[in-house]
Amino acid sequence: MNTEACDGCPAHAQLAEMGVDIANCDHVVALAGNPNTGKSSVFNALTGLRQHVGNWTGKTVTRAEGAFGYGGKRYKLVDLPGTYSLLSASQDEEISRNFLLFGQPDCTVVVVDATALERNLNLVLQVLEITDRAVVCVNLMDEAKRKGIDVDVRSLSRDLGVPAVPTVARTKEGLAELVASVAGVASGETKTSPSRVAPPAEVREAIDGLVPLIRGMAPGLPSARWVALRLLDGDHKVREALLSGELAGLADRQRQPAPVDASKIKAIAGAQ
Amino acid sequence: MTSASVTPQAVLDRSDELRRGLDGSFRDYMVASLYERAGELAGRSVREHGSGKWDFDQRIDRILTSRWLGLPVMLLLLGAVFWVTILGANIPSQMLANAFFAVEAAAASWFESVGAPWWLTGLVWHGIFRGLAWVVSVMLPPMAIFFPVFTILEDLGYLPRVAFNLDWLFRKAGAHGKQALTMAMGFGCNAAGVTSTRIIDSPRERLLAILTNNFVPCNGRFPTLIMLAVIFVAAAFPPAVAALAAAASVVAVVLLGVCFTLGVSWALSRSLLSGEASAFTLEMPPYRRPSVLRILYTSLIDRTIFVLGRAMLTAAPAGALIWILANTQAGGVTLAERSIALLEPLGTAIGLDGVILLAYVIAIPANEIVVPTMLMCYLGGAMMMDITTYEQIREVLVGQHGWTLLTAVNLMLFSLLHNPCATTILTIWKETRSARWTALGALMPLGLAFLVCLATAQAVRLLPL
Repeated sequence: MNTEACDGCPAHAQLAEMGVDIANCDHVVALAGNPNTGKSSVFNALTGLRQHVGNWTGKTVTRAEGAFGYGGKRYKLVDLPGTYSLLSASQDEEISRNFLLFGQPDCTVVVVDATALERNLNLVLQVLEITDRAVVCVNLMDEAKRKGIDVDVRSLSRDLGVPAVPTVARTKEGLAELVASVAGVASGETKTSPSRVAPPAEVREAIDGLVPLIRGMAPGLPSARWVALRLLDGDHKVREALLSGELAGLADRQRQPAPVDASKIKAIAGAQ
Repeated sequence: MTSASVTPQAVLDRSDELRRGLDGSFRDYMVASLYERAGELAGRSVREHGSGKWDFDQRIDRILTSRWLGLPVMLLLLGAVFWVTILGANIPSQMLANAFFAVEAAAASWFESVGAPWWLTGLVWHGIFRGLAWVVSVMLPPMAIFFPVFTILEDLGYLPRVAFNLDWLFRKAGAHGKQALTMAMGFGCNAAGVTSTRIIDSPRERLLAILTNNFVPCNGRFPTLIMLAVIFVAAAFPPAVAALAAAASVVAVVLLGVCFTLGVSWALSRSLLSGEASAFTLEMPPYRRPSVLRILYTSLIDRTIFVLGRAMLTAAPAGALIWILANTQAGGVTLAERSIALLEPLGTAIGLDGVILLAYVIAIPANEIVVPTMLMCYLGGAMMMDITTYEQIREVLVGQHGWTLLTAVNLMLFSLLHNPCATTILTIWKETRSARWTALGALMPLGLAFLVCLATAQAVRLLPL
C-alpha cells in the first residue's frame, strides 16, 4: 500500500522498460565498461531490449540505444563499445571517447567486473578524467563470490568519489539501486568529487596555462582540463575536433538547454 | 554563432608551445600513475580468499587451449556441431517439403478451377511460392539446429579460446589474432563478420580481416554444403557412418576455408597490405553457464528468423524470375535455356554447368537461395511433388543432369570461395568507404573460385582416375 509520500521516494520509483522509444528523453545516460563485463546485460535489463549478449570480448562494436523511465523521468541509455582504455586510437575506443566528450551524457555508468577490479578501474579513472557525472556499476558480484573475492563497494565508492553499486545484471540484482544512483547523479542531486590522478607539477602548470585559452574559445566546455591534457599529449583527434570547431560548437550547445536527442546524435554521427 | 574570443588556432599554437617545454615522457607518467592508482584502489576494497571454481576454469583451459589438444578438440567440437545438424535436419526438411508441395498442388488446381489465367497460377504458385517453399524446407531445419548449438558454444565462452588457439597461425600470416574472432562471426553471417572487424585496431589488419571474411562459409552457404555432403559423401558410405562422413566432409570444407583465409591474408600482407602483425591481449572470459531462454531467443529470433526472412525476401522475386525465364520463349527456346546455354561452356570448363552458374547469378542478393534456384532450374516446369528426399534429389542430379563427384566437389569449392553476397559487399563498402577495397573484396574471391575450380576440373580430367 503506497501512500503519497512513498510515491515520491526514490526507493519506490519503478523502473519502466521503454525499449527503443528514445524520443523526448529528460536525461542521456552512457554505458561504458571493459569488454565482457556484462554491459549488454545491464543495457538489456534496464531497457527491456534484447541486444545480443555474447560471452566474448568485443561483441558490441556499434552503439546501441534504448530508453527507460524512472521516478517520472525518461532516460536515454547509450551502450558504448567495450574498451580497456580511452587512450589509444582504435575505432571502438574512439566511439566511446567521442560520446563521452561530445555526447555529454548527464551520467555515465561504468560497468566493472568485480572479479578483475584492478584492471577495470583503469577505465573508471580515465572516464572520471573526462566527466564528473559517473556511477560505477560493480557487476558480476555472483562470479566474484564464487571465486572467493569480496569487494567492499562502499569503500570503493568513497575512494572514487562517485557512487558505486554492486549488481548481478543477469538476475537484475542491484539494478534498482543502480538506477536510483543514476537518477541522483543525472539530476545533479548527488554531488560527486571524482578521484583524479595528479599530473607532474610542470604539466599542471602547462594545463593551467592552457585552460583559460580553451575556456575563452569555448566558454562553458565542462571538460576543458581534459582537453588541455590531451592537447599537451599531442592527441590528433582532439586537435582535429578543435580546428573543425566541433569543440566550440559543443560549448555553444551546452549553454542553451537544447532538447537532448537531436543535437547529441548529430555530434557523434561521424563516429558511427 | 560562436561567441569565442580566442581562435582554435591560437589554442593549438599555445598548446604546441607548452608541449615543447614538457618532458615527452609525461604521458607514460600519467598512464603509470593511473595504473598505480587503480592498483591502490583495488587493493583497498578487494579481499580474496581462495576458491575451487577458478582453478576448475583454469584446468579446463589447460586442455581446451593446450598446444597439442587445443586444435584437435576444436575440430571435434566443430564436427560434432555439424553432425548433430546433419542428423537432425534431414527428416524435418522432408516433412516441410512434402507439406509445402501439397499446398502448392492444391492451391494451383484451385486457381485453375476458378479460371485464373495460366500465367498467374504459374507465377504465383510454381514461381514465387515454390521458391519460398524450397528456401524454407532446405534452410530452416539446419538453421534451427545449428544456431542454438553454436550459440551455446558462444555463451559458454568458447569463441575466445578458438581465437587463442588460432592466434599463432594468424600472426604467421601477418594478420591480427582477433581475426579468428571475426572469422567465427562470419560463420553466422559474413556481413556481421565484416562489421565485427571493428575490434581490430590497425587499419591494415582490419582490411585483411574484411577481405578474407568471405572464406568462412556463412549459414546461408551451410545448407548448400550440408546438402552436397549428404547427397554425395554420405551416399558413398554405409548408413551407420554416413552422417559422420558427411559431417567430416563439411569440417574439411571449413578447414579449407580457414586455409584460404590464412593463405590470402599471408599473400596480401606481403603485397598490397604489407606490414607487421601487431600484438594484442585477449581476455579469456570465465566459463559461464548458458542461459537456455536467452540462447533460444538469440539463436531463433535474432539469427534463424532474421536469416530466413532475408532469404525469403530474395527467394520470392528469384522464384518469379526463374518461372518467367523458364516460360518466356524467344525464337522457340525459353530464356532460361538460352542463358543456361550461354553459361554452359564456362560452367563445364570449371567442372560445373550452366545451371549452377545461372543459379549463382540469380542468388547474388543472398547465397541462401543457390540450391533452391538450382533445383528449380533443373526441374523446370515439372511437378516436384515427389522430389523431396535427398535420395530423390540425388537421382535427379546424377541420373538426369550428369552430375559427378567432380561436380559436387567443385560446387562445394565454388560455394566456399565465390564472391560475397550483396549484403556483405555493401557492408564492406560501408566499413571501408573505398570502392577499390570493395571491388577487391568482391572480385578476388570470385576470381579465386574460378581458378581453383578450373584447376580441380583440369586436374581430374587429365589424370586417369
